[in-house]
Amino acid sequence: MCYPYNAAKIGHFGVLTSRMAEDTKHLEVTLETQVESVNLAEEMCLRLAEAAGFGEDECYRIGMSVREGVINAFHYGNKEKPEKKIHLAIDLTPEKMIIHVTDEGAGFILKDVPDPLAEENLLSTSGRGIFLMRAFMDEFDVVKAETGGAEIVMSKRLPGAGSAPSNGSGSGGHHAGPHQGA
Amino acid sequence: MALHLTPRDSGLITVVDASGRITLGDGSAMLRKTIRQLVDEARTNILLNLADVDYIDSSGIGELVSAYTAVRSKGGELKLLHLTKKVHDLLQITKLFTVFEVFSDEPSAIRSFQ
Repeated sequence: MCYPYNAAKIGHFGVLTSRMAEDTKHLEVTLETQVESVNLAEEMCLRLAEAAGFGEDECYRIGMSVREGVINAFHYGNKEKPEKKIHLAIDLTPEKMIIHVTDEGAGFILKDVPDPLAEENLLSTSGRGIFLMRAFMDEFDVVKAETGGAEIVMSKRLPGAGSAPSNGSGSGGHHAGPHQGA
Repeated sequence: MALHLTPRDSGLITVVDASGRITLGDGSAMLRKTIRQLVDEARTNILLNLADVDYIDSSGIGELVSAYTAVRSKGGELKLLHLTKKVHDLLQITKLFTVFEVFSDEPSAIRSFQ
């Protein structure tokens, strides 16, 4: 089964593959390091989330999180260098939608990211993306990608799915397992 | 949806009616340009009407904060009017409600500058 995307449109930005392994559906796309990729990634994930049965509010949160993940890769990871790519992968299991956003930068340590709610950071003009992803998704983590860059992994439970993660990848409400290859 | 900003004067206050999305790219750049222009014209008491803005991302939030500090550095004030639920919730979770003055009716907002 394939997702209802226009491959030609996405092909302009990179490579699209689609496969089904047991109960998990997988979609992967390589995006250029450019502002337009942010909107494209958001649009793609929104359509997937809608098709998976998420309601309007959850779709908004998923779309915003993907947007922030790709902005992070575009700006902080790839430093807006056009020769670098942004890799977006989505796994749809019977329990949840798992989103991976990987850049080709130097990576970063999640605990080193400043807290945007701290008094001294409230008037900062940047640094809220990670916070929003954590707030809007059920599970969130950043791991070192095989490329050396950062891989943001976040998930949202499907409507009607059980409340506890069943694949063993989650813990503590803010962790999703690293991407296991495409 | 592209961001449209329309400034209008209400006494000594400039009300900027916004519609669309304030996001990375054109939306944030448009807001920056408009606020910079107003500040250059010494119109530093600004009421930003967000009634028709239902989407702001982290870049847009950063631009709002940047506008706020730019206006205040010139002795003016930037206040917000008519937040949609999504924008309201976003400002709440980012604690920016403690920074921005927010109004739900224009006459009260205008009076607050005096």
